[in-house]
Amino acid sequence: MNRRRFLPVLPILTLLAMLGPVVAGLWGTLLPAFGHLPAAGLTGPSLDPFRDLFDWAGLPRAMLLSISTGLLATGISLAIVMLITAGWSGTKPFRALERLLSPLLSVPHAAAAFGLAFLIAPSGWVSRLLSPVVTGWDRPPDLLIVQDTWGLTMTAGLIVKEVPFLLLITLAALGQADAQRSVVISQALGYGRLTGWLKTVFPRVYAQIRPPIYVVLAYSMSVVDVAVILGPNTPPSLSVQIIKWMSDPDLAMRLEGAAGALLQLGLVIGALIFWRLCEHAMARLGQRWIASGARGRFDPVVAQGALAAGAICALTVLFGLVVLTIWSFAGFWGFPDALPDAFTWRNWMRFGPGTLEALGETALIAVTVALAALILTIGCLEAEYRFGLSFSARAVWLLYLPLLIPQTAFLPGLQTFMLSLGADVGRVPVMLAHLVFVLPYVFLSLADPFRAWDTRMGTIAAALRASPNGVLWRVRLPMLLRPILTALAVGLAVSVGQYLPTLLIGGGRVETLTTEAVALASGGDRRAIGVYGLMQTGAALVPFALALLIPALVWRNRKGLRHG
Amino acid sequence: MKHLAILAALLAPVPALADTDPANWDAVTAAADGQTVYWNAWGGSTTTNDFIAWVGERVMADYGVTLEHVKLTDTADAVTRVLSEKQAGENDDGAIDMIWINGANFAAMKEADLLFGPYAEQLPNWAVVDAEGKTVQTDFTVPVEGFESPWAMAQVVFVHDTADMPDRLGSMQALQDWAAANPGRFSYPQPPDFLGTTFLKQVLVDILPDPSVLADPATDENYDAVTAPLWAYLEELTPNLWREGKAYPATGTAMFPLIADGELDLSISFSPGAASTAIANNELPPSIRTFVLDKGTIGNASFVAIPYNSGSKEGAMVVANFLMSPEAQARAQDPEILGYGTVLNMAALSDDDRALFDALELGVATLSPAELGTVQAEPHPSWATRIADDWMTRFGVSE
Repeated sequence: MNRRRFLPVLPILTLLAMLGPVVAGLWGTLLPAFGHLPAAGLTGPSLDPFRDLFDWAGLPRAMLLSISTGLLATGISLAIVMLITAGWSGTKPFRALERLLSPLLSVPHAAAAFGLAFLIAPSGWVSRLLSPVVTGWDRPPDLLIVQDTWGLTMTAGLIVKEVPFLLLITLAALGQADAQRSVVISQALGYGRLTGWLKTVFPRVYAQIRPPIYVVLAYSMSVVDVAVILGPNTPPSLSVQIIKWMSDPDLAMRLEGAAGALLQLGLVIGALIFWRLCEHAMARLGQRWIASGARGRFDPVVAQGALAAGAICALTVLFGLVVLTIWSFAGFWGFPDALPDAFTWRNWMRFGPGTLEALGETALIAVTVALAALILTIGCLEAEYRFGLSFSARAVWLLYLPLLIPQTAFLPGLQTFMLSLGADVGRVPVMLAHLVFVLPYVFLSLADPFRAWDTRMGTIAAALRASPNGVLWRVRLPMLLRPILTALAVGLAVSVGQYLPTLLIGGGRVETLTTEAVALASGGDRRAIGVYGLMQTGAALVPFALALLIPALVWRNRKGLRHG
Repeated sequence: MKHLAILAALLAPVPALADTDPANWDAVTAAADGQTVYWNAWGGSTTTNDFIAWVGERVMADYGVTLEHVKLTDTADAVTRVLSEKQAGENDDGAIDMIWINGANFAAMKEADLLFGPYAEQLPNWAVVDAEGKTVQTDFTVPVEGFESPWAMAQVVFVHDTADMPDRLGSMQALQDWAAANPGRFSYPQPPDFLGTTFLKQVLVDILPDPSVLADPATDENYDAVTAPLWAYLEELTPNLWREGKAYPATGTAMFPLIADGELDLSISFSPGAASTAIANNELPPSIRTFVLDKGTIGNASFVAIPYNSGSKEGAMVVANFLMSPEAQARAQDPEILGYGTVLNMAALSDDDRALFDALELGVATLSPAELGTVQAEPHPSWATRIADDWMTRFGVSE
């Protein structure tokens, strides 16, 4: 293949694959939001949908839930990750935590949320282990922990999942930030490890991980599956309510849902702007802090606290998986028994065949989509490097559009669009829909390490008569093996975890582990949830294990490349 | 009914049916061979999912029909899907071939001409269906007219753990008093979940001196006055609910683990045999029993309907007919399997077929047909819709 001709087309193709569906879907949302839905005999423009939306008594609380969970989950997870990295990177406890947290990234949000619920509910495992000896309870207390009105449990469920995500992203960025030497120099100047890292390395690392942070913010504000499992329902968060409106047989409710979707979009944009302003404020404060010359008297305390918080996140997900495992094998398990009366294979016999079928579908979709996304991404980045096609600042924002726009805002519109094209529902359209979400994640994971690659390596290789392709294949990609595999694993995990696109675009005919698990969730059968949650986790775990294992194996005799 | 008006506005001329005549059963089975039927059915109950998988094996063996269970969280999703397809002009081979349906969803689809039919009364097994004794020709007071075929009977029963709550309750007022004495031990699924909405209807039917007003559509004139006692009842009940009514279980089956853990002493179910089935599956302790109210409880039938744009109508009719067969009905009634009430007329069955039912052990927690008592009629669907909407405004957004 003639790469020179093929390569320049890839960025356009990539943008089309990502933005085409978004634009089409938004169009399908925008019109109904202003009362225009010819299919239902309604023609706009009209502000009635917004009037109905603002008449909904639950709206203030639903909006507040969206904002508070988003900001809290993002802020707290970012603080934990930064402080852990600052206080411990390069130490033994850090490597232990890294080894513990990284695979936990692969645990799908739904499975982690179920695990958390099974742990901390009034009848959860923690309560069972402590009862009746410590607590005196012989039946579960009537406490509103899961589905609490303020969404704190939902926020916690998001934090335990975002901490591993941000840590892995930070690790990928760390190799480019020249952290080690900065910390050594600052320590030589008498700064504590943590303070020295924050003052010298943090600004550089933050610049690299900023886009993923924005994505975490947008995602946390509009998440659906975690909110359904852990969040309140009286009222639910805005995105959950949007889905309810959108699936109402009363078509008029779609108008209200579309208006809600635009509001959700506005909230996300507002929160991103707020976050950006906070960055400026933090930068100013940070400069003053740096100028003050404080060496970090409280470093050890803060570092201990951060490590403890990180460990709690890891242990929560881990023990959540343990309790899912126990439920999947449980016979009758009454309260307050610490363990079931009996362990049985019956649950696995019942649900095993169904999970295997769903696993096949899940894997087929995920592998195809993640590989396609990876090829497009590398092609894009290489074209950008070779032909100087650099995206303008505005174009970069277009890239993040699918992640910053709530899924609820454009997927139902996209469904109508695909149908009107005559595209049949089924696996291939689902793959295309997944690609919309997988591509940006893969791009986000890979772009910064790829661009931060020291191009002098390329110059040296070219001086040694390597062709541009030779530089790409023999120097650049091997050096970037770790971020590439990470990006691939992220892509797989993102695809595995997709619920709404699979359900809506698949017309219900494409059954992945995630759609099956969420369908079961409403029934509350903890044994079935255990089986499906574990299978879902397994589907995403293997790629991440490989993303860590392969660079370690390949670079076992290239020490300098191990963190590249 | 705002949405019915909109659905009516959608009415486009339905394409002429070039489908096989349901009455020509040989032609139906011939056309069905090799078809794939996507049955959209609520997927929240693992026992139901297992039963549907078994149906799939049987129709494959007997008729060469492949049955795929599309698991829904809400039947309204399937209705929306058919509507979207109609808007997009997909009139010949939609994604859905069969829907487990009743009540408001059926009323909406029938009203909007989204259903294939009439077919139900042409199916061979209709001959053994108890059309006289069971409410299979009206669905929440809406005439069925052959646009859906019945496959299970449901009736509200109250599920209680005799270890903590030994005695049954006779009325909704007794439930109110019991909840006041035992706060936090009762809940119902959050409306608009169908069982939660059914609980609201059951309250209304039980506390109204004359519930016959519910048989006609709700009007703006009578709605407020008729439902006022319901809201007064709930205002009093809610503080005594599980979690003080700040959270509700999502569905009926989601209440089983809460009973098993001892969080709840009392809940409701729409399937008289479900408690026995759950005991068999370790989901409930053996101390569970069920009861009905002195004046009886609401009952209805579950149906399957075929969308107008299904590409496998013959296959779907074969499945619908199989669901009404004595073999499938006896299996569905077995509490070890499903515990659903049968739609068949025992007197119309052959001796061999009747023996299938006689051999069933109904299970410790299942009431006999005599004990189930009077079946109260479902109110017109307009009541359920308005009550559920109203509930969401009054209790669904508690500060």
